[in-house]
Amino acid sequence: MSESPEGSASVGELVLSLRGISKNFGAVSALTDIDFDVHAGEVVALVGDNGAGKSTLVKILAGVHHPSSGTINFRGSAVTLPDPRAALTLGIATVFQDLALCENLDVVANIFLGNELSPLRLDEVAMEMRAWTLLNELSARIPSVREAVASLSGGQRQTVAIARSLLLEPKLILLDEPTAALGVAQTAEVLNLIDRVRARGLGVVMISHNMEDVRAVADRIVVLRLGRNNGVFEPDASNQDLVSAITGASNNAVSRRTERLRMERDHAGSAQAGEQRQ
Amino acid sequence: MTAEKSTSAPLALDRADARVKHQAGLGGAIRSFLDRVRSGDLGSLPVVVGLVVIWTVFTSLNPVFVSSSNLVNLLFDCSTVGVIALGIVCVLMVGEIDLSVGSVSGFASAMVGTLWVNQGWPVALAIVAALAFGALIGSLYALLFNRLGMPSFVSTLAGLLAVLGMQLYILGSTGSINLPYGSTLVDFGQLMVMPKWVSHTLAAIPGLAMLVSGLRTFARRRAANLSARSVAGLVVRVATITVGLELIVAYLNQSRGIPWMFGLFVGLVAAMNYALTRTKWGRSMTAVGGNREAARRAGIKVRVIYLSAFALCSTFAALGGVLAAARLASASQQAGTGDVNLNAIAAAVIGGTSLFGGRGSAYSALLGIIVIQSIASGLTLLDLSSSLRYMITGAVLAIAVIVDSLARRSRASHGRA
Repeated sequence: MSESPEGSASVGELVLSLRGISKNFGAVSALTDIDFDVHAGEVVALVGDNGAGKSTLVKILAGVHHPSSGTINFRGSAVTLPDPRAALTLGIATVFQDLALCENLDVVANIFLGNELSPLRLDEVAMEMRAWTLLNELSARIPSVREAVASLSGGQRQTVAIARSLLLEPKLILLDEPTAALGVAQTAEVLNLIDRVRARGLGVVMISHNMEDVRAVADRIVVLRLGRNNGVFEPDASNQDLVSAITGASNNAVSRRTERLRMERDHAGSAQAGEQRQ
Repeated sequence: MTAEKSTSAPLALDRADARVKHQAGLGGAIRSFLDRVRSGDLGSLPVVVGLVVIWTVFTSLNPVFVSSSNLVNLLFDCSTVGVIALGIVCVLMVGEIDLSVGSVSGFASAMVGTLWVNQGWPVALAIVAALAFGALIGSLYALLFNRLGMPSFVSTLAGLLAVLGMQLYILGSTGSINLPYGSTLVDFGQLMVMPKWVSHTLAAIPGLAMLVSGLRTFARRRAANLSARSVAGLVVRVATITVGLELIVAYLNQSRGIPWMFGLFVGLVAAMNYALTRTKWGRSMTAVGGNREAARRAGIKVRVIYLSAFALCSTFAALGGVLAAARLASASQQAGTGDVNLNAIAAAVIGGTSLFGGRGSAYSALLGIIVIQSIASGLTLLDLSSSLRYMITGAVLAIAVIVDSLARRSRASHGRA
């Protein structure tokens, strides 16, 4: 948790830079005028309420959706992302919230989907070896890579999805709720993995609702609210500031509770002082 | 987990997880097969069992059924609709359907008849033109599907009528064109069989190929520190398959022998099986059939995959039509109508290709069409009318789909796709 300052100190070149990105679905503007930067060797957490536009932003970067307006700069040059293949080729890998795995294929086939070795004579042995290597790097607990993904648990599927995103040695990796479906140990593993990915000089964008996970690995926290930028925070920002940026109100359950705790503490303190005096 | 690993003997890369049962050796191979069957991963088991039942019943009713000459005729008949069923496997793999294969096959036979007999084109050119027409029709379906989002069910139903109309139009008032007896095409469809030594050699090839590739895989997996299936199991499988095929060939050689047309069909099945299981294209087909959006996000060009599936299906349908014309020595208004469509689709489904996409194999066309043609041949031998034949074939198709659905449910509850 305390590693983040050293991470932010060694921030590298600008990998990704968004300016004025908007996205409309019919009459609904999911994103309005978003500016967003990611540097090499930096973990940027993207937080916001449900419907704040986090997943839409990630899908634009993955080439799934197309922005209505705005520019995307990737490693210094303006790019368009017409389809997922274009994003992958540029070096943007994505782990989607709904994982996007094919349940009827086995783990190896899913990891290599779209990037099979020797296309005219699939090299199953080499692919299986590489799959095990990737999974072992993640300390993954997958029983068999030759089982169909349908037989895996949610956490195991998450691991497969992350392993797949690392296959192409991307420059930027987008994780949409990477820890939502995971147990304690697996969450720790994924957070470790994110640290390792950052140490390799990759840019990481991570969406999460879990502030503890965000503080553990993020170098910067970007808050979206109702499809707009709503502040950038350091990981040591107070919970109250973050929550009010996310919800747009300073008067909410979290702030009230903090307030109540503070008052109880004060009250207890003064009561104690009174007892001591007697 | 790492502590456990370091204390025990060095394990194969894929055998480190203690929670998974692994079966080793020959006994293990049999046990894991039984496990798979119990959990609903039936593969081609139901169709093999069904075939045994059908053959037993028909043989007890009329012993001529299993005579060598009847089976050779069966193989001739299988080849035409079988090739069409192979195309159906392609579209079913991506979770779509083509209802116009009968019409396309009929039009292809009419095209060969008109171009070759009436217009005097060389026969090879006429066949190529028919195949090109098939590919064109398939591409049109793909275009409608990809660009306009037209469900393949509807576009191919429209195609069924339109192409049938074209077939009637080019056949004109005569209604049918006889192909000349003695020509290579008609001989190919009716007479040409392999010499004995060729058929025996070809029957040995699958076993040899399995043995060579199996041993290579074994060596490579061992070298890569992965577990490998037992060599003993491989040898038993190879021996069973080779002996079985050689016995079948020897039996069929007692009469005319193996038709070259059936050889062409099996060759196409083997090629498609390779393409579907061992190439990137086949992997993409399976992925698109399983989860289209996931395939798209993995960077697969989904539209190209659909295009290839539809075009391949219609091309196979056209080829099946050409073979049917050769088999009947005529191109008529009846070609490709009636039960051709449903037989082709039923064959693919009975053979084990799922109607819901993402699951199937090229061999299902081969196995399924043998079931369908066995029923047709058996009922013909019993002098039963085609009304009964339709009813019984329909019942078999229903049973096949029921087995598929039950197996699917069982697979889901056992955590298999």
